[in-house]
Amino acid sequence: MAVETTAPAQAPALRLLRMTLNGRPVELEIAPRELLLPVLRDRLGMKGAKLSCDVQVCGACTVLLDGVPVSSCTTLAYEADGKSVETIEGLAHDGRLHPIQAAFIECGAFQCGFCTSGMILSTKALLAETARPTRDEIAAYLSGNICRCTGYWNIITAVEDAAGRLAGDGEEEGA
Amino acid sequence: MSHATTAPASEAVGRDVPRIDARIKATGEAKYAGDLVVPGMLYGRVWRSPAAHARIVRIDLNGADRAPGVVAVLTGADLSDIDPRYGHALKDRPLIAIDTVRFAGEPVVAVAAETQAAADDAMALIDVEFADLPVVATIDAALAEDAPHLHDTAALTPGLFHGLGKLTLEPGNVCYHHAFARGDVDALFAAADIVVEGEYEFPAVYQYAMEPHTTIAEWISDDEIVVHSSCQHPFLVRAELADLFGVPVANVRIVVPYLGGGFGSKSYTKMEPLTVALARKAKRPVRIANRVDESMVTTRRHGMKAWMRTAATRDGTLLAREARAWFDTGAYADNGPRVVATGADAAPGPYRWEAVKVDAWGVYTNTSPAGSYRAFGATHLQWCGELQVDEIGRRCGLDAVAMRERNLLEPGESVRPGGKPLDADLKGDIRKVAAALDWDAPKAPHVGRGVSVGLLAAGAHPVSTAFVRLEADGTATLLVSTTEVGQGARTVFSQIVAEELAMPVARVKVPGGDTDKTPYDRSTGASRSTTLAGMAVLRAAREVREQLAAIAARVFGLPEAAIELRAGAAWHEGEAVDYPALIAAHFGMVGGELMGRGEVRPDKGSGSYAEGPVFWEVCVGGVEAEIDPETGQVRLRKVVTVADVGKALNPKLVEAQEMGGSMQGIGNALYEEMLFDPHTGALQNATLFDYHVPTFADLPDAFASNIVENGDGPGPYGAKGVGEGALAGTTAAVATALADAGAVLDALPATPERVWRALRTRRDAAAD
Repeated sequence: MAVETTAPAQAPALRLLRMTLNGRPVELEIAPRELLLPVLRDRLGMKGAKLSCDVQVCGACTVLLDGVPVSSCTTLAYEADGKSVETIEGLAHDGRLHPIQAAFIECGAFQCGFCTSGMILSTKALLAETARPTRDEIAAYLSGNICRCTGYWNIITAVEDAAGRLAGDGEEEGA
Repeated sequence: MSHATTAPASEAVGRDVPRIDARIKATGEAKYAGDLVVPGMLYGRVWRSPAAHARIVRIDLNGADRAPGVVAVLTGADLSDIDPRYGHALKDRPLIAIDTVRFAGEPVVAVAAETQAAADDAMALIDVEFADLPVVATIDAALAEDAPHLHDTAALTPGLFHGLGKLTLEPGNVCYHHAFARGDVDALFAAADIVVEGEYEFPAVYQYAMEPHTTIAEWISDDEIVVHSSCQHPFLVRAELADLFGVPVANVRIVVPYLGGGFGSKSYTKMEPLTVALARKAKRPVRIANRVDESMVTTRRHGMKAWMRTAATRDGTLLAREARAWFDTGAYADNGPRVVATGADAAPGPYRWEAVKVDAWGVYTNTSPAGSYRAFGATHLQWCGELQVDEIGRRCGLDAVAMRERNLLEPGESVRPGGKPLDADLKGDIRKVAAALDWDAPKAPHVGRGVSVGLLAAGAHPVSTAFVRLEADGTATLLVSTTEVGQGARTVFSQIVAEELAMPVARVKVPGGDTDKTPYDRSTGASRSTTLAGMAVLRAAREVREQLAAIAARVFGLPEAAIELRAGAAWHEGEAVDYPALIAAHFGMVGGELMGRGEVRPDKGSGSYAEGPVFWEVCVGGVEAEIDPETGQVRLRKVVTVADVGKALNPKLVEAQEMGGSMQGIGNALYEEMLFDPHTGALQNATLFDYHVPTFADLPDAFASNIVENGDGPGPYGAKGVGEGALAGTTAAVATALADAGAVLDALPATPERVWRALRTRRDAAAD
């Protein structure tokens, strides 16, 4: 896996971080203070997660840690040790979009796209917990993900649509 | 059979074509400025002033310049070889503080280091000694007789894009004054049956584009500047950078990746000058990525206070309106003059007046600079005027819809002297809103219904250009500099090219803006892109179409009229020659390309561009709201908007603009307010913890948008722009709905406390 650029300026007491990233084992040395988001973005090249509010409110940096959505902007990288990390880059396989991605596209569930990675990953966690959520359940679960563009309506529709696809009423799209 | 040189029946336009950037945005592959790494790039961090108004006595770096990883440190002292002041309206702003700071958050020192962590760490070393100056953090304080002056206004020079007439500034804290009057206002008020008068306050609001401002700058060989930036107006940024650093315009290249939202916050020049100056000092590329708290003090919506009165006859006929509004532009003008002018223009509302008189001022204060935010001006004043229209209605026994039926302008009527006549059916729009709200249905206690209608002068300056290249394999590349902020401009443009060239949308590629490659476009904002850049795109594609038709005529040996362009080929009676074959025939080899150029300017084309505005964007909304009388909590039961767009080139994208704009309108109406300490000028709620942006939990119970297509726009196929009206319309409709439910507000946002107090005020008044 490509590892690029920035090691921390002062790097005392490096620790070895072992985790599974999108299904593949990863090992790298990290400083204790390093946060998961910059490690994913700057050292492991996973640029899909975005930094926005930096205080765990907006959800743009959401990744799944052992399947649970976390704000990677405020999660120490070391907390991922021994765990499985899933980012947006892990969703599509062999050019085939994940059904949630296909549903977001079909329903027009994003505009600028900056919140989309986090929104899709939160949706994945929601649908793993609740296969057929109600609109209220969707709104409640996704309240930790802000979207400034869409006004949310199309996202709710997309999540319902994705639930249907995952339940087998639709099929994956790709190419 | 259709003629080869006229557009065929619509195949690409008017359909819900999926966004052409949908896939890369859903997979996380779309690149934003913060995702880019330029070889050799350093990471910047800005030391910002904690003081709102002070002299800089001494900057003590305490070794920050020698700290591990630090490559360069920039202060005002590094800029003695240039005039470091910029500002597209007024050149009032140094790119980094020089001698004086004027707002809390103003850049004082900038550091470039090998890593972001090293740049961040260097901040803690820096110590700046200030000598405090008196702080004027509010409009009232800034206009007080003994107020300190933030700028020597009489010495200010206009920026490159002031564009608002002559600059005559009196000494003081006013950066711009816009006034107009017609008719005998005083006589009408003196004689009127009904006069409603009020004072209003609108808060400073943070646009919150989720991607904070991010800029990468590179200074090459002392006279070439390359910038990757999250900017809406790359050509205006280019001109300002060339001006600031004294280099030719052609030596400045602005590359614009995808933007994580703009909403006006990335219009004009923001962090680019500081980033370029730091790169010049470092002799390396430098990235400065704002944090959210930094973007909050980089630009915001103007806070406003206003006084307004409206006169009417006892049968509800509006007669006259007078308004005075003061816009808090913060420490530097930014786009303040334009916001003031637009706000003043919006103050009368789209009604038939016998007289109007409006004065609006932009006021400097020791707070962060204010500029553009979606539907500026209209959002500020529409709710005030609409509350007064409704109050007159209550006094004369007409409901809100009847008042508007009686007084709204008709299509073709003059909106302002010398300007474009009304190009929208406002009464029809309001009827649609009323129907969607089930206007005449009985209301439960504490439930109110409100409508609002306004106009926004849309389009900004009508100058756009575009190139279309039809490649040898029959794919098309569209070169246009509109910034993709999320609105879907590239998708709509690809539809226009596909329509004109009779080819599939999927065969049209639209790369991002790059001033070295994509041609001039004035700006991305003011709902202008579909209408203006879109028309340039159409004209460019049509030029290619004409070339194809001419080539096909030669290939077939037939007149052009006998040939039809369809599905990527030229056809005559069942015989087809596809575009690659036509291009190969033209060049005598496999290769080459056909190129078309399109241009929009005020004195070309429909002619209506010269009139101003390019079109009137309607700001129409309807709201049904319920108030909890014990807590003042507001629940929105239904929100309705109208997109009066002439022709919806992509209805789903139009509806998306309405959904998003109305949600921002809800935020402006109910939640959002930047709180500056009135004494220190410091922003007190500089995180998203403390500044509430609407979430899923704040959705209204129901939303409906109405797309109106009367073909009355000056853009492609009769289109006009969309995107801003829903914000102003919704904010004002929330206010009118709350008033209908008993809470007449004089300040936004309508927090539970304000609503609760407004309910009590009315109850107390009724008891007297």
